[in-house]
Formats: sequence, structure tokens, C-alpha cells
Amino acid sequence: MAALDIAYVAVLAAALSGVLPLLVARRRYAQRVAFALLAVSAIAAIVAGASALTGETTLAERLPLGLPWLKWHVRLDVLSGFFHIVIGVVVLATSFYGPSYLREYESGQNDPTVLNLASGFFIAGMLLVLLADDAFSFMVAWEVMSVASYLLVTFQHEHAANRRAGFLYLLMAQIGAVGILLGFGVLATFGGHFTFDAMRGGNVPAAWASVAFALAFFGFGMKAGMIPVHAWLPEAHPVTPSHISALMSGVMLKVAIYGFMRFTFDLLVDVQWQWGVAVLLIGAGSALFGVLYAYVQQDLKRLLAYSSIENIGIILMALGLSLIFVGGGHPVLGAIGLVAALYHVLNHAVFKGLLFLGSGAVLYRTHERDLEHLGGLIHRMPVTAAVFLVGCVAISALPPLNGFVSEWLIFQTALQAPALENGVLRTLLPIAAAVLALTGALAAATFVKVYGIAFLGKARTRHAAHAREVPRGMRVGMVLLAALCLLLGVLPTTVIGVIDAIPQLLIGQRLPSATAHGWLWLTPVSPDIASYSAPLVLLAIALSFFIGRRLLPARQVRRTPPWDCGFGPLTNRMQYTSTAFAMPIRRIFAPVWHVQEQVEVTRRHEADAPPTGLRHQLHIEDRTWLALYEPIGHYVIGAARAIGLIQTGSVRTYLLYSFLTLLFLLWIVT
Amino acid sequence: MPNDTVLAWLLAVVQTLLFIGAAPLLAGWIKRVKCHMQNRAAPSLIQPYRDLAKLFRKELVLAENASWLFRATPYIVFAALVLAAATVPLIALSSPTAAIADVIVLVGFFALARFFLALAGLDIGTAFGGMGSSREMTIASLSEPAMLMAVFTLALTAHTTNLSEAIEHNLAAGLVLRPSFLFALLGLTMVAIAECGRIPIDNPATHLELTMVHEAMVLEYAGRNLALLEWAGQIKLMIYGVLIANIFWPWGIAETLDAAALGVGVVAIAAKLTGLGILLVVWETVIAKMRLFRVPQFLGFAFLLALLGMLTQVILETGT
Repeated sequence: MAALDIAYVAVLAAALSGVLPLLVARRRYAQRVAFALLAVSAIAAIVAGASALTGETTLAERLPLGLPWLKWHVRLDVLSGFFHIVIGVVVLATSFYGPSYLREYESGQNDPTVLNLASGFFIAGMLLVLLADDAFSFMVAWEVMSVASYLLVTFQHEHAANRRAGFLYLLMAQIGAVGILLGFGVLATFGGHFTFDAMRGGNVPAAWASVAFALAFFGFGMKAGMIPVHAWLPEAHPVTPSHISALMSGVMLKVAIYGFMRFTFDLLVDVQWQWGVAVLLIGAGSALFGVLYAYVQQDLKRLLAYSSIENIGIILMALGLSLIFVGGGHPVLGAIGLVAALYHVLNHAVFKGLLFLGSGAVLYRTHERDLEHLGGLIHRMPVTAAVFLVGCVAISALPPLNGFVSEWLIFQTALQAPALENGVLRTLLPIAAAVLALTGALAAATFVKVYGIAFLGKARTRHAAHAREVPRGMRVGMVLLAALCLLLGVLPTTVIGVIDAIPQLLIGQRLPSATAHGWLWLTPVSPDIASYSAPLVLLAIALSFFIGRRLLPARQVRRTPPWDCGFGPLTNRMQYTSTAFAMPIRRIFAPVWHVQEQVEVTRRHEADAPPTGLRHQLHIEDRTWLALYEPIGHYVIGAARAIGLIQTGSVRTYLLYSFLTLLFLLWIVT
Repeated sequence: MPNDTVLAWLLAVVQTLLFIGAAPLLAGWIKRVKCHMQNRAAPSLIQPYRDLAKLFRKELVLAENASWLFRATPYIVFAALVLAAATVPLIALSSPTAAIADVIVLVGFFALARFFLALAGLDIGTAFGGMGSSREMTIASLSEPAMLMAVFTLALTAHTTNLSEAIEHNLAAGLVLRPSFLFALLGLTMVAIAECGRIPIDNPATHLELTMVHEAMVLEYAGRNLALLEWAGQIKLMIYGVLIANIFWPWGIAETLDAAALGVGVVAIAAKLTGLGILLVVWETVIAKMRLFRVPQFLGFAFLLALLGMLTQVILETGT
């Protein structure tokens, strides 16, 4: 079977996983059928993607679907193959995880088969976006993905917050889709047809190419969650069931990145470096903004959602660097940036998927998303705690796990700035690297907070104190992703050896030197300039454990109460809280957030009596809401009111409008 | 050829062992000079070794609530810093271990050690640990970019992020007064003071609850675990000392692997670290500890200096 046929199997299996459970009478079996089909879909996607990527083949076909004059064109090349693998990996993990996780919803008031239906079409839609080879089928698939994910966001529609999040999401998805559609429109005008092949051949003038780029960047960026058009993301991602959050954050944002890469690197043939500057600046802004907002969140899933904005920013920074170098005539350096971006796409899918599944596991056993109500889970849920730790280390970009590799590659790309002619760019790139460094350091602080407050210390509530380990299926899903974090971190040379087919396709350049020194050494530019050997790092850490645990003579261990300053036993309430942990950073970067903080002290008698009660309220709001969204909403309502003046409600007035319109049209025609 | 490789790896291992072996000596030296300068009775130069030996012999006391992460942290921290030490050229250049990690990975090792140490601080569930972790991560999130900025200045000048290659480049360039290096040196020194928990950011000798940062995180550690962490702290101080000494004054470091050059290398680095130790002591004696919320200004200034260094490099020194 050709790779393309396997890709069809993946799409069909995903769609069937939504439809078949409706026909199965018993809910238990329905779930099993759905997730088994999702697993089939995931494996098929991985196989199809891997065979396209390693074989470096491009398969194209016309399907007898769609409009009479525009059949659906499909194409599977190395770029879409790579994204097939990204989707497949996360879907596979969720198909292990889902059956147990959804058991909780079976007794709820919402029928989980609706969830199956929406998630099946959601995944099928994403896979179709990757396969689409003309603007028409691309937009159809894109909308299937958007609408299905809207249903996922509003699955628990009994909460007003979920309905609001769903509406905001749908609205912004549609505005973004208009941007994408117009972008395709510009290209189709010059290319003469809606197929991507025609668009590639179209001779687009530089100014129109920039217009098309701006439209596409806006449209895809809105879906990817870049600032300032990110507002839907921290609302929508936390309210879906956790395995769907993993898919939305880990995978759907990547499909938007895929669209952006396809549009910019593939369809717009001549890249301009100015685009790169825009992408780099917005990427750097998103990264810093995302991590600063993530740092102050209390809600675990909302925190992860803001962290997705950060990671999309990092990916955009790498793409921006790549565009700058390609546009400036340095395709080799552009290829490093592109590989870094793709590596981070894969990494973020894996570790963010893992972290969302982990947060789902916590939610499943404690019914708590608020960090202040958790604590001590490392004793109660050892496997979840261990894999969550792997995710935290990976997302904090620490060696030897995978997040570090991609950030290291981005640093290496940025440090090639002296190759550029333009002095401003030569300055800008290292500053962007400094922003990335700040982002990385803040991300590490964020995930120390998350892990330290939720999993370490003592349980802060009864729910957390009585948590149990999650069922096996959920553990398998998480362990799978954690193992991938380690593998992708330790064997970067092997991974890069495979994905460097993508820069070959998009900018006609490979990274021959990256893998030239064997699997042990990663040398993106040349060994004199930089090298990194992740396997040796892992070996050294393992060795130190071996020496510490085995070779040193064992000492007896005595357990005692911790130091309490001599006052009596410590209680759970005396632990550092998430708010307290974040306070120094909140104070240092104060202008970033809209913070409302209130402290009420109640005293029994006069003003200098000792306080009897203390009440602290902290509300942190997204500044972009106040600066951007509320004014726009205000204007829209204002404009609607102004237009509403012509709606008199009387039939005669409307007849007059029709008559005048008719006259006007007749005048135009004659 | 294989013989040379084996010899080089052997030398790299010896150099690393020398590095971690000498770290307590540097700490002892700083302590001794400080006592002399402040008119106190000074402990012996080898007191840190005695302290470590004592801690290694003692029984292991753990808090009731300590998890496996708390017990694993000292090993991870120690391993990360030994790895970091292995990649920093101490007495000879072009050692094979220098290729394992470049200077960005070195910063990554520090970050890894800090991450686990901060987690261990939160593991017991006391307010001290949390306070120390929160402050440590705050300080680190400001100092890490400043450090990378300083390092980037060097990398842009030498066209490499590999430390050994960069030092070789500086050595070959001879004595050139580069304004960018001056800024980078100042920035890196300020970062080193913050990262190693020295005055005015943190006081390594304090156990006053409200001011301690690093000590608050490791408050619950005892015995062998504490020994590893103390040792790791000494290694970290030495790494920063060696970085500053060998990047900005690379003279004396062995370029070839013969006995004479290596001997000169040992003497040279010993002399440089002795001098740096005295400078640190003078600084710590004349400066008072800073309030926590003054620290961002200190580190912001370090970042600014490093940024200026980078801009100077890009604007004034391109093509050199």
C-alpha cells in the first residue's frame, strides 16, 4: 500500500471513530470502539508520515470529490509527513489514555459519544488539512477542524464560562479563516487557479506577496495563538476534557504552524527578510508574554495554555530567524532555523501533550485544577508524578531532555547573525536570543512552581490527600510521551538526520554537517563552532547515580520532623503557596499584568488592636483584553447601533430600500 | 592516533578530577583571606575538606515528608556541576570533554542543577524551603539572560560557542583592549556574584531566616546529601572563577599536552584564582548585603552591561 493510501486509512479511521460509537448501544463498548479506531488512525498516520519523510517522496493525487471544476487535490510530501507523525504520536497517547479518563463522563449529563463524534472529526479534519493540495479542500478541512473543536470546547456547555470560551473561539477561528482565505485569494489571482501547484508557479509581485504573507500570518497566527490574537486560547484550552486539551494544545496549534510554513516557505516562492523580522518580533513578544502570564496563573490547565502561547512564540522565533537568513541569502543558516522550528514543533507536541494528560490525571483523582488546592501528589501518584516531572524538565529546556535541543539550535541560529549584511539585524538577532534566554529561565521558574506546589510538599486539601494513582491505560499514554521526551532529547542527531529532508524541500538546502560526526555529536554548523553530545550527558548523570547509590557505602537513614523553629508542628497551611512563589516576579515585572490586589484586615476593636482576620484577593487580568478586545467589542456594538437606525421595523421603509437599491443597480447596469 | 585519543581523554578526566578536587581549596582560601581581612581568627586552608569528610561520615537524616526527589537531587546537582566542570578548560585547551557541551549547554547544566535544588526546597513543605526556591528562581531568571548575553558577546567575537575554541581565539588575538570584553567582563562578574550566592545578593554564611536564599533551600539536608550540595556549590564558584580568569586572561593555559606547558598551566590558573579570590574578599568586605527587591536592579544593570558589550561588538568591532 502506498503511503497516500495509508494516510486515507488514517483519515477514515478517525472519522469512523466518531460515527461508529453512535451505532453501538452500550456506552462502555462505544468508548472502546472509538479509541481503538483512534489508535488505528494514529498508527496509520505515523506510518504514512514516516514513509513519506524517510523515503523523501512526494505523492500527489486527485480525488473524485469536491466541486465539478475543482476536484480535491491531495499531496503527501516530507513536510506534511512530518506533521502526520506529530499528530499520530499525540493521538496514539490519547487513545491509550482516553478510555479510562472518559469513564468519569459516562455518568455525567453530557453524552460522551458526542465527544467521540467531535474528536473523531477534529482529528480527521487536521489530517485532511495536511493532505490538502488546493485552497478549496484546505479551507474545507480547516473548517471541519475548527467547528469540531468548537463542539469540544462547548462539550460541558452547562457552565457559562465554557459557552463564552466556545463563542470567542469560534469567532476568532472564523476571523482567522477569513485572513487565510484572502491570502489564498491573492495567490490564486496571480497563479490563475486554486491548486497549490498553480500558486507556486504564479509570478506574484513583491508587494502583493507581502500582502498575502501578512494575511496568512494573521490568519494562521490567530489559530496558533500568537499575541495579540491569542485571547481565545487561555479560555478554550482549559475547559475541554484533558485529553482533548492535549490534542488542541499539542497538535492543533501545530497544524496552524504547518499552514503557515506551507504558505510562506512553499507557496510564496521568494521569501523576503522583512517578513522574518515581523515573525521574529511577534514570536519574541508571544514567548515573553506567554511565559509571564503562565507564571502568575493558579489554574493548572490555564497555566499550561499560556505556556503554549510561549512555545508557539519560540517556534515563530525560529521560523523568523529562518526567514531572515533565507531572505538574506544564507540558505544553510536558514535551514538550521527551520530544523530548530520543526524540532520544537515535535517537542512541544510531546511535552505539552504529556503535561495536559498529567493535569488530566490530577483532575481525574482530585477534581482540582487550582494549584493552591493540591500538594504532596508525588507520594500518592508516583507514576503520574514521575512522568509529569519529565514533562516539566523538558518544557523548561534543561539538558538532557528534548526541549533543550530545540532551544539550543535556536540559540545557535541566532548567533550566526554576523553573516548578515544589515547592521540592525546583526544587533536584533542576539537581542532576540536574549529574550529567548529570559523566556527559558522564566519557564523553568514556572514549572518549578507548578511541580513544587502541585506534586511536592504536603497535601493542601482533603482531595489531594486521598488521591490515588490513575488506571493503567492513562499511565501508558503518559509514559509513552515521557519516553519520547527522553529519546528526542538524547538522540537529536538521528532525529535531525531524518527531518533535514524538509529544508531540502522548502529551501533546497540540507544540514550535512549537523550529523557528520556520528550519532554522538550534534554539530549544526561545524564542530569548531558548536557541539553538543546529549548521550554523553545522560551517561554522566546515570554514572553519578550509580556511584552514589551503589558504590558508596550505605548509611542508615533516620526520619525526623522538619525544622519548625522550635514552635510546634508545621501545618499544611504554612507551606509556600503558588501566589507567594510568584510574588517576586510579579513585583519585578508589575506593568505586564493588570493586577488588582486587595487586602482586608479585620480587627476587633480600635485600629491598633491585633488583627483577627485577614482576607487577600488577587485578580490578574490579561492586558490585551483591556487594550485591544474591549475597545473593538465596543466599536462593533457602536457600529451595530448606528446601522440599526435604518431598521425602522416598518414594511414601507424596507420597500423603499428595495426600490432605491433596484434603481441604483439599474443605473450601474446602464 | 588511538593512543593520542586515549591520552587526551585520560588528561580530560584528570583535569576534571583536579577541578572538583581543588574547588574546596578555593573556598578555604576565600574564607581564610576574608577572616584575615576582617581581623578574625582564620580557619585552616583545608577546613572545607574536613567539613566535607565529616558530613560524608555522618548519618543521613531526612525529613518525614521527603520524597525520592529530595534524595535524588544532591546526585543530580553534583553530576550537573561535575559535567559543567568537565567542559571548562582549566589548565589545558582542546580537551575532548570540551566538545560535549558548549557554553550554552554549560548554562543549561547550571539551570538543571538549580531546577532540582528549587524543587527539593519545596519538597518538605516548610515555608523556608519555598521561600528559598522562589527567591532563587527569581534571581536566576534575571541572571541567566545576563549571563547568556555576556557569553554571546564572546561567541560573536570568537565565532564559536565552544569554550576551548573561544579561549584559543582570545589567546591568538593577543592583548587587544576590546570595549565589548570590558562590558562582558563586568556583566559576567556581576552574574557570577549573584549565581554563587555571594554578598550583596545572598550571604553564604547567614542563617538568618528572612535573608537567606540558597541556605533556605538546603536547610533540610544533612549528612552525605548536604556534603554533595556544599561541594557542588564550591565547584560552581570555581567554575565561574575559571571562566572569568581563562576567558579574559587566557595567558598561561596549556595549548599543547606536554609536561612543561601543563605545569605552567597549573601555576597560571592557581595564580589567577588566588588573585580573583582576594578581589572577591575585598568586594564582600566593603559591600553590604542588598535587600531582595534591590536585586533586580543589580541584575538589570548586569544585563545592560552585557547588552552594551554585545552592541559594541556588533557596531565597533565587526570584521576584526
